[in-house]
Amino acid sequence: MSDTIAHILISIGVLFDLLGCVGLVRLPDVYNRLQAATKCVTLGTCMILIGVLVLVGFNALGIKAVICMVFVLLTSPTSAHALARGSHKAGVPLWPDSVTDKYKERKGAEK
Amino acid sequence: MSTLMQIYICALSVSAFLCLYRIGMGPTPPDRTVGIDILGTLVVGFCAFMSILTGKDFYMNIGISWALLSFVGTLALAKFLERRSLDE
Amino acid sequence: MKSTIQFIILFALWLLLTWSVQLADIIAGIVISILAVALMGDIFTGKMYRILNPIRLFWMVVYIPYLFLYIILANLDVAYRVINPAMPIRPGIVRFKTNLKSEIGKTFLANSITLTPGTLTVDIIGDEFFVHWINVRCDGDSEKQGEIIAGKFERILGRIFE
Repeated sequence: MSDTIAHILISIGVLFDLLGCVGLVRLPDVYNRLQAATKCVTLGTCMILIGVLVLVGFNALGIKAVICMVFVLLTSPTSAHALARGSHKAGVPLWPDSVTDKYKERKGAEK
Repeated sequence: MSTLMQIYICALSVSAFLCLYRIGMGPTPPDRTVGIDILGTLVVGFCAFMSILTGKDFYMNIGISWALLSFVGTLALAKFLERRSLDE
Repeated sequence: MKSTIQFIILFALWLLLTWSVQLADIIAGIVISILAVALMGDIFTGKMYRILNPIRLFWMVVYIPYLFLYIILANLDVAYRVINPAMPIRPGIVRFKTNLKSEIGKTFLANSITLTPGTLTVDIIGDEFFVHWINVRCDGDSEKQGEIIAGKFERILGRIFE
C-alpha cells in the first residue's frame, strides 16, 4: 500500500519536473522562464523526496530526504529572486508584450 | 531495477536535456544561468533515485551538499550578472 | 540565550544527519556545533527566541499546510499555462506596499510570494515589493494587486513575526 502511494507521489513529482523544463524551453523571456522552472521543479523535487520518505520509512535515508526537502524549499525561491534581480539590473528587457514595468519606472526615478 | 524506476529516470533525463538546450541556446547570459540553477535542482532528484536503487544513504548526503552548493553558486552568478564583477 | 538556541538547532541537525548514537559521533557533534556557533553565531542578528512563544509556534504550524496548498495551486496554474498551445500569459512587474516591519517577516513573505500562483519577487526597497506577475489583473490599482498577491499571507505572517 505504501509502495503504491510512494510511486504515485514520485510519478507526480517527475511529471512536474518535466513540465517545468518544458516551460523553461517554451516561455518567451527570462522572468517567465524563472516562474515556470522554479515553481514546477521545486515542487517536483520535493514530491520525489516525500516519495522516497514514504518508500523507505523513517530511517537514515528518509530523514535525510526530509532535511534535503527543507533545504530545497528554503533555497530555491531565494536563488530565483537573486537571479530575477540580477537579470533586471543587467538590463535584460521584459517580453515586448508585457503589460507594465513598475520596477524600471522606479529605477528611472532614482537616477 | 523496476520498469517504473526506468521510466522515472528517463523522464528526468529528458528534463535535464531540455535544461541543457536552454543552457546552450539561451540568447542572454541570465537564460543560461537559469538553466544551470534548474539543472542543480534536478540533480538532487537523481541523487534520491540513486539512493533508492542502491539502498545506500550517502547518495542523499551528496544530494544535500549539491542543493546547498548549487544555491551558493547561483547567488554568486546572480551577483556577477548584477555588477559584472565579484568584488562585494 | 541566543547562542544556546543556535547550539541546540545545530546539534539536532547533526544528530539527524549522522543518525547514530555512538559516543564518538556525539562528541564530534558537540565540538563542531560549539565551534560553528562561536565562529559564525553573530551573523544571525534577529531575536531568535521570540519564535518559541507558543502562540507564534501555533500560527507557524497553521502556516505550513496553508503554504503547501497554495504551492500546489501555483503548480497546476503554471502547468496549465505551459501546456496550453496558446500560452495565455500577460506578464508585467507590479509594485505594492506591505505592512510587515521585521526583516525576517519580509523574507518569508518574499519566499512565499515566489512559491505561489504566478508571482515572483524581483526586489524589495524599504516596504515596497516589486513582483513579476505572469497574468496581471487590476491594472493600475496598486492596493488591490497587493491584496490579491500578498493579503492572504500577510495576516498570518504578521501574527508569527511581528
